[in-house]
Amino acid sequence: MNRQNANLATGPVDLERIAADYEAETRQLTRRVVICAGTGCVAGGALKVHRQFLSRIAAAGLAVTVDLKPENGASHQGLYVSKSGCQGFCQMGPLVTIEPDGILYARVKPEDVEEIVDVTLKDSRVVERLLYVSPSTGERCRGQAEIPFYKQQQRTVLKFCGRIDPEDVREYIHHGGYAAARRAFCQMTPEAVCEEVAHSGLRGRGGGGFSTGRKWELTRQQPGPKKYVICNGDEGDPGAFMDRSVMEGNPHSVIEGMMIAARAIGADEGYVYVRAEYPLAVARVRRAVDDATALGLLGDDVFASGHSLRIQVMEGAGAFVCGEETALMASVEGKRGMPRPKPPFPAQSGLWGKPTVINNVETLATVPLILRQGAVQFRKIGTPTSPGTKTFALTGHVVNTGLIEVPFGATLRQIVMEIGGGVIDDQGRPSNDGFKAVQIGGPSGGCLTPEHLDLPLDFDSLQGVGAMVGSGGLVVMNRHTCMVSVARFFMQFTQNESCGKCVLCREGTRQMAALLDDIIEGRADRQTLVLLEQLAKAVRKGSLCGLGKTAPNPVLATLRYFRAEVEAHVFQKRCPAGRCKALRTPEILADLCKGCTICSRKCPVGAISGERKMPHTIDAAKCIKCGACAAACKFHAIVGV
Amino acid sequence: MEKEVKAPPAPSGARQFAKVCDILDRHQRNAARLIPILQEVQEEYRYLPEEVLTFVATSLGLPPARVFGVATFFSHFTLTPRGKYTIRLCDGTACHVRDSIAILEALYERLKINAARNTTPDMLFTVETVSCLGACGLAPVVVVNEEVHGQMTPKRAVELVDAIIAKENAR
Repeated sequence: MNRQNANLATGPVDLERIAADYEAETRQLTRRVVICAGTGCVAGGALKVHRQFLSRIAAAGLAVTVDLKPENGASHQGLYVSKSGCQGFCQMGPLVTIEPDGILYARVKPEDVEEIVDVTLKDSRVVERLLYVSPSTGERCRGQAEIPFYKQQQRTVLKFCGRIDPEDVREYIHHGGYAAARRAFCQMTPEAVCEEVAHSGLRGRGGGGFSTGRKWELTRQQPGPKKYVICNGDEGDPGAFMDRSVMEGNPHSVIEGMMIAARAIGADEGYVYVRAEYPLAVARVRRAVDDATALGLLGDDVFASGHSLRIQVMEGAGAFVCGEETALMASVEGKRGMPRPKPPFPAQSGLWGKPTVINNVETLATVPLILRQGAVQFRKIGTPTSPGTKTFALTGHVVNTGLIEVPFGATLRQIVMEIGGGVIDDQGRPSNDGFKAVQIGGPSGGCLTPEHLDLPLDFDSLQGVGAMVGSGGLVVMNRHTCMVSVARFFMQFTQNESCGKCVLCREGTRQMAALLDDIIEGRADRQTLVLLEQLAKAVRKGSLCGLGKTAPNPVLATLRYFRAEVEAHVFQKRCPAGRCKALRTPEILADLCKGCTICSRKCPVGAISGERKMPHTIDAAKCIKCGACAAACKFHAIVGV
Repeated sequence: MEKEVKAPPAPSGARQFAKVCDILDRHQRNAARLIPILQEVQEEYRYLPEEVLTFVATSLGLPPARVFGVATFFSHFTLTPRGKYTIRLCDGTACHVRDSIAILEALYERLKINAARNTTPDMLFTVETVSCLGACGLAPVVVVNEEVHGQMTPKRAVELVDAIIAKENAR
């Protein structure tokens, strides 16, 4: 890498020349086939589809380009087949986009490729059967412009995710990339960069919502020559994958954001900390750092400004608590990832005791947009206290799952009903009255209920109703979901992930999980609820870091919005959603039972009786709910075991 | 499942530490690089043998307790040998509400293992849950080594295991 660097970086990087060369080389390309190669689509076989495209196109005798290497101005001809990062609509993957026709094919299988080559690439017609069909209207949608899932979004941070080749730094530059970093290094003072970002009102997208500009300014003011910038890509919230998609789909935007942050605070070294569960994101960010270094964008004397910046990529090792900034830094230093008390804040004493700025992936990817268009323009989107857009991972019981981006202030109804296409039941069928709740912000967050459907979502409005934006995971739950079990799920999660430093977090989460078990398994009484609430407040108060402080949130939210459901478990020993196994009454449905006697022979405790060819009955007092009868019954006549 | 697939033996003697030495050298024996070093060691042996941990500690000038502390803190590190195929079942929120636990139970039953003993005696499979793989759009998700399988059902998960066993037996 150093050798290449020395060869290429003879002067400051000429972004305009790179962009112009790219433009000239690609001008004669007729069509572009973009195959989504995000984690979701790859799981669906996108790489096979990609290979199939290459071989089918070759077999059809069409000219094709697969790699836009800068070959001294040679221009490329014919078709260009490229891979992209996550296009967001993971559920319909593998996705194939054909530009400039604006056609999007969904659920493309390798067998379909030949038809696409023959019909679309050779003949410029559309393969109707591969288009996305809107489940609400039944209409075929030709491309993103017509698909409701995309139509309702406002993609700024994700604009190039899923369109450009994430492994081609020149394409990013061609779309104006790294110009904002150059402006920061060559035309702006560190103070001016901090001021511009502060003025934009950008707030940290990782959950806290702290003003990014202020954070930078505080770090900038610290004396000393050595400072660090860290990108926090340890996206551990279950049900969230926004940062993964940005790192996979447009890693250079994150690097550019880090460069601007480094310029603002005067850092010459940076780390990107990525979860090990995201191997593709790790690979793409590594490649992006290598390419940027090879071009001379990173390294010594960035943009001939006299400043240097080196970035390293570090892989996490599977600890949720490392998303907390002080724990993350401990882990970069090669120690156990345990948080420490603040102050001193990382701005004063961070990595190896030096002033450090640590920002979330999405925050950093937003920064270049602010410098490109100006703070005033940036503020035009979103709400006054939460400007800009936010990406959300929309999952759970909803028709369209995937990655979305909407302005702050969008309502839950827009997100779930319009973009998400509404709620589904357990069999995956649309269910109009099925909406029960949305879990937002993962294990630190809370629940939103039908009464919040028209609440404009931003940092402050969510805090007001006892939830938080968190990192942006939105899990939709239908009315067959038991909210006590969901609270139990999160408590189990935080209990597993508690680092063990604070007694109240370590033991309190365990006891809260045990109390929730009592409720689910029918052992609870009034005292259980009192204890649960007391404990929740104590854990919140007695924990050092955000993990413990917010761990009780799911429980408190459940008690606040679903009290009746909790009380049904406690006082009536009944699970209204019918999910809690211990609270179900075993029953044989007489109209389905054929009297085949298999169940009574399978029952290990002799709880089932009945005459041959007559409906059987089950003795609830004897039944141990082992489920052997239900598993053996061919007629699905046994419920509640 | 008749064929025995043995985990690579724990290294013993100076010769066996050669690979660990290479890894240590690549990281300039820098104690701050402890986590990447352990990650590479684990990639080599599929787990972290105790002797290697002590060796790494001595080489980096760290107390062994510190290295054990790190190795036991992070969930990616394991001190017991893992099977040839690690099956990771995602139990993130999205997968959980779509009933990922039923898949886990089906896998346990098929492989006759449980949460406490999660590796098959023939060292072919290890089954574990992870908190979120970030492929929520495809929930529930199962990952076999690095290969992601989306929209799983208990039946499909068992078929996946059967296919691997058939492939291994054919070898």
